[in-house]
Amino acid sequence: MSTALLLVQTLNGLQLGVLLFLIAAGLTLVFGVMDFINLAHGVQYMLGAYLAVTFYAMTDSFFLALTLALAAALVVGLVLEFVVFRHLYDRDHLDHVIATFGIIIFLNQGVKLVWGAAPLSLPIPDALAGSVVLMPGLLYPVWRLVIIGSGLVVALLLYCLVSYTRVGMLVRAGATNAPMVSALGVDIRRLFMIVFGFGAMLAAFAGVMIAPILSVEPGMGDTILILAFVVIVIGGIGSIRGAFVAALLIGLVDTLGRSFAVDILRLVMAPSPARTVGPAIASMLIYLLMAVVLYVRPTGLFPAKGR
Amino acid sequence: MLYGPAPASPAETAGSVPARAVAPVVIFLAFALVPLAAAVAAETYLLSLFTRVMIFAIAALALDLVVGYGALVSFGHAAFVGLGAYAVGILAAHGINEVLVSLPVALAVAAAFAFVTGIVCLRTKGVYFIMITLAFGQMAYFTASSLAPYGGDDGLTIRLRNTLLGLDVLRNERAFYYVAFTCLLGAYLLCRALVASRFGRVFRGARENPTRMEAIGFEVYRYQLAGYVISGALGGLSGFLLANATEFVSPAYMSWQRSGELIIMVIFGGLGTLYGAIIGTAAFLLVEEWLSGLTEHWKVIFGPLLVLVVVFARGGLIGVAERLTRRLRRD
Repeated sequence: MSTALLLVQTLNGLQLGVLLFLIAAGLTLVFGVMDFINLAHGVQYMLGAYLAVTFYAMTDSFFLALTLALAAALVVGLVLEFVVFRHLYDRDHLDHVIATFGIIIFLNQGVKLVWGAAPLSLPIPDALAGSVVLMPGLLYPVWRLVIIGSGLVVALLLYCLVSYTRVGMLVRAGATNAPMVSALGVDIRRLFMIVFGFGAMLAAFAGVMIAPILSVEPGMGDTILILAFVVIVIGGIGSIRGAFVAALLIGLVDTLGRSFAVDILRLVMAPSPARTVGPAIASMLIYLLMAVVLYVRPTGLFPAKGR
Repeated sequence: MLYGPAPASPAETAGSVPARAVAPVVIFLAFALVPLAAAVAAETYLLSLFTRVMIFAIAALALDLVVGYGALVSFGHAAFVGLGAYAVGILAAHGINEVLVSLPVALAVAAAFAFVTGIVCLRTKGVYFIMITLAFGQMAYFTASSLAPYGGDDGLTIRLRNTLLGLDVLRNERAFYYVAFTCLLGAYLLCRALVASRFGRVFRGARENPTRMEAIGFEVYRYQLAGYVISGALGGLSGFLLANATEFVSPAYMSWQRSGELIIMVIFGGLGTLYGAIIGTAAFLLVEEWLSGLTEHWKVIFGPLLVLVVVFARGGLIGVAERLTRRLRRD
């Protein structure tokens, strides 16, 4: 377990954490403000990646593709809100789960229909394609640092937006007590639409940024969605700050656990059982973390609602 | 926030009580006659299709017990099915094929998992409960995928179906069908008795108003935990049958999509009626079978269908049927 490896894995963990934050931020706002469980948030991340691949093929520029994909994701998000979700806000959570599950099934298959089942890829923009020397003899890809950086910038922006603007104030108020905000004369439906569209864009942004590293394939949103749910539940539903802390925590614990579980277990047991048990424990780690957090604090680390 | 059966009060007062008494009898009669129909029509796939329906109906029934009667929306119920199946698979890998061993083990493993996770899950409410059960389901899923000695991601083939006291009763498809039938009937009667019992009244009371139940002296948490464990064990029974039916176990049995499908099955039929879960499972699997026969991309039709059901058919098939009969009576 060398320092270099530890450093690289910590950076990888940060990168996963930042990615999770981008997805969880939209999810936790939609959850917190509208009390709406949107399982389809993961397919919006997938859609972002697919749209970027298509726009890149058309424009041959990563940044144009990113902009167009975000705009298209916003449109898709608003259309989904208009056609399906707004009819479900006053239903119970079970209805949300099933309707959005139906959308997942539809979009996962729809993507296969349009783009095919084979994985696609998006190239890294040339200017950012290389590696940097972190330490003598230790190279790290620039693109991963770009992901971390852009994620942190978005987090900062979001923080300012939520803390210091009028819309942000309404969002915070909505997360605490939506009916009261509505009673005070705010058009809550419009607020819902803004939050929803914004969340869809954030998810798509995450999808575009990660697309050059992962392969773009149907169902890519499903695994990340569950992780994002773990994040918002640990962080406390409706809390951006909680989502940020929990996202980094989950990113680091998951990545470091996967890299070092076998090594750590070898300190206490024979190498061959350690190799079998290690991966199993590593993949359980974040769920155990979640269980412990919820056992101690049943509403997460930073609960937004004063229930 | 309640997840109880939406149209409960009007439906129960509108003279549809006979329907509620007759429907289960009709359902089980129909299931009992399927092998005959399959033999007459010479369509053997009917037998395996309906075996599958009954196996999943047991899991849906287990889920309806906690969701419909306890408002505990578990999004990880597939884990119990998977654990039951893995119990059979792992025992078989070590050469143990006896039902009298594998069935109790399957039930015990699922119940134990329900007990341990239930202790944590039941401390939370509402959305948090949905999410934490989902997380535990995923935990079981990833654990199974990393079980390298037992197939890992690829799953585990079971060479021989379980035997009862050394007799090969499960080999015969028709015999297996009636074993599954008996299990479903037993599970249904058990759930019905539970719901009607004193235990069930406390459990349902906790759905309506846990604070009040606490105030009149019931430790709601214990009742909910007991209900959750029973539901988990029934999930294990379903898994035991599933492993024997497919002669294969795989982590996919525990995926969160499976848990979602179980919830859909319950909602499809109608929440909080028990037999609704059976109808819903049959409807779900038959529609799936029919659509997948039509086109390779059947999910493009199935997804929007789910959305339509949620938006327009409140109360599931039973709810729709009850609204229809009420309208017909009025005319």
